[in-house]
Amino acid sequence: MRPLKHLFGIADLDREQIEYLVNLGDSFIDINRRPLKKAPTLRGKTVINLFFENSTRTRTSFELAGKRLSADVINISASTSATKKGETLLDTGQTLAAMQPHVLVIRHSLAGTCEFLAEHLENTGIVNAGDGAHEHPTQILTDLLTLKQTWGSPEGKVITMVGDIAHSRVARSHLLAAKKLGYTMRIVAPKTLLPSQIERYGCEVYHDFDAALPGSDAVYMLRVQTERLTDNCAFPSLREYHEAYGLNAKRMRAAGSDCIVMHPGPMNRGVEIATDVADSAKSHILDQVEHGVAVRMAVLAALCGGQAEEKKPANRKQLSDEAMQAQRTLL
Amino acid sequence: MSGTLLIKNGHLIDPANGIDAVTNLWIDDGKVVAIGAYDGVADQEIDADGKIVCPGLIDMHVHLREPGQEWKEDIESGSRAAVAGGVTSICCMPNTGPHIDHAGIALQIIARAKQVGLCNVHPIGAVTKNLEGKELTEMRELSRCGCVAFSDDGLPIWHAGVMRKALEYASSFGFMVIQHAEEKQLTAGGAINEGWVSTQLGVSGMPVEGEDSMIARDIMLARRADARYHVAHISTLGGVALVRKARTEGLKVSTEAAPHHFALTEEEVLGYNVDAKMSPPLRTEADRLAVIEGLRDGTIEVIATDHAPHHEDDKRCGLSCAAFGIVGLETMLPVSLDLVRNGILSMSDLIAKMSSNPARLLGLDAGTLSIGAAADVTIFDADATWVVDRERMVSKGKNTPWHGKEMTGQVTHTVKAGRIVYAEGEVCG
Repeated sequence: MRPLKHLFGIADLDREQIEYLVNLGDSFIDINRRPLKKAPTLRGKTVINLFFENSTRTRTSFELAGKRLSADVINISASTSATKKGETLLDTGQTLAAMQPHVLVIRHSLAGTCEFLAEHLENTGIVNAGDGAHEHPTQILTDLLTLKQTWGSPEGKVITMVGDIAHSRVARSHLLAAKKLGYTMRIVAPKTLLPSQIERYGCEVYHDFDAALPGSDAVYMLRVQTERLTDNCAFPSLREYHEAYGLNAKRMRAAGSDCIVMHPGPMNRGVEIATDVADSAKSHILDQVEHGVAVRMAVLAALCGGQAEEKKPANRKQLSDEAMQAQRTLL
Repeated sequence: MSGTLLIKNGHLIDPANGIDAVTNLWIDDGKVVAIGAYDGVADQEIDADGKIVCPGLIDMHVHLREPGQEWKEDIESGSRAAVAGGVTSICCMPNTGPHIDHAGIALQIIARAKQVGLCNVHPIGAVTKNLEGKELTEMRELSRCGCVAFSDDGLPIWHAGVMRKALEYASSFGFMVIQHAEEKQLTAGGAINEGWVSTQLGVSGMPVEGEDSMIARDIMLARRADARYHVAHISTLGGVALVRKARTEGLKVSTEAAPHHFALTEEEVLGYNVDAKMSPPLRTEADRLAVIEGLRDGTIEVIATDHAPHHEDDKRCGLSCAAFGIVGLETMLPVSLDLVRNGILSMSDLIAKMSSNPARLLGLDAGTLSIGAAADVTIFDADATWVVDRERMVSKGKNTPWHGKEMTGQVTHTVKAGRIVYAEGEVCG
């Protein structure tokens, strides 16, 4: 079986591949719960976490995932890296790739960073740990593992996602996954926080949170970035935002007794989510965090399973075809 | 330079004089001396059998980068790229460093272009000092020193009050103001067209309303000032409609379209293609078709490339931070010939949009093959095919979305003032 070459986004995966990674992640949950949290799967492999944006949970999650599978893991954050000295993104990528890691895990504020680097780096697998407002595939695989544990399958379910959809990579990746796996995304936000033509993903779009609640199987809250307030006039105040789009106990009751709560973190308690809801029995927020480690173990294992035979691609399109071909062959 | 050049048996198309026939073109001492028979001996001959012979093309929207950013392009490399594309006259935009906002720079550019001697270079003066959008430049002085129009291109003249004064002042002396129509408050942070593609890529978009609203505002101001107003690189359905309406009303409003805006759509950017990033951005299919309709019905009188060479370093950093702009001089003609092949324009109308029309708008002594006119001539094979190779482009800028694509239509010779400056793939001199 050939390994995944890269993981740029949910867009590049088909249903089989998504389910494969989720199931593989499922099988890793147990390792994380053992007293001795170590498996030899990635012994001798090197993983570099290259984070150009602040992140605690995703970076830690990738680090633990690599270490628990016995890979050598290095963390580089932009604040300590050469980029501060004016080195370009490409130079940083090429420099690290020259040290022969198996996998570069990259987070960057610019959409398309992983595709861009992969075009120029030959023998390094790249995992997208979040690129601008584009994709965050491991978060979605994490969520899907959580849903698998809760529901068995997300097919036919309704996930109501609330918040800053315009700037959310989690939203885009979920919208893509929903189509592939057959669940419904119900998007809730004021127009100021919605991107152009969002309905073309095949989702339902609401501006009224209360109208979207009945029939929801999960309510998925997104973090509100307070800088949107001043930069974009996206909403007038946190107070009004909470009133219109905050998840509270009353809204949970309206959603029905089986409805669960999700959040990719970090949370703004009292803004998009009330504390009692975040800490309630219906909240799967900490399960998501736990499953994040397992799923990232699965992704690293799939990428490091052996290096695919490679040749330098002539152009971008060929590369993505090749990458997709490699991924399909894997399964 | 002196001596007699005969361009034999070509299909001569001279829109300004209504000539469209297979004939001979005689050039002597740098000027057109006869069409058809001539009582003289040719020192040099070009066999143009099966080819089209037309006035040297004019590109009224070019960024030459000199002075200031010579690593991207300079007057010599830009001139070479121009003649390789069949272009014998270019207008260069003032966003150089220093800007073309005072006479010295305009004179320097003209002098340097004469030294290079390949193609006519006409500076476009800045509307405002330092392109800051605050104080007007000395337009009369700039005009005396060779500036043929005024623009802050690259940037809009965003302040409505300043734009009003610019239109009023410029029109007092018959000068034309060229606007890069972009309401920055709507486009800030944007890299590509706002729409389904920007949503999928997670990249900030520039909505069409950014262009449309500024064109609408400017037309109102131009109406009041009775001014000559020209919209640069029009790209939207709404913008074309606004210009059409203004022209129907009899206002002195004109516009140009760039080949990429009638040949490509935003889909080109998918895969984060930095060589399809420019401002205004590639738009939707509906916008593209509206630009084509504008070209067909005459709303858009001019084809101009917005040739914007950049160094690889300015592009090779991902879509959101890559510089705006693509090169265009060397692909202008073959890409535009699609309009003829698709039955949108006659060959004569197409050539007019790249020769006599811009010449008329800018008052250039060029764009025709009238007897006595400077013998700037382009000869091309409308059916020859070739493949764009960025490594073989003459321009220093390799930023083209057409790399690897097959073009139909190839310039075989470019003649400037009777001298062959480009022949069979080589720039002469």
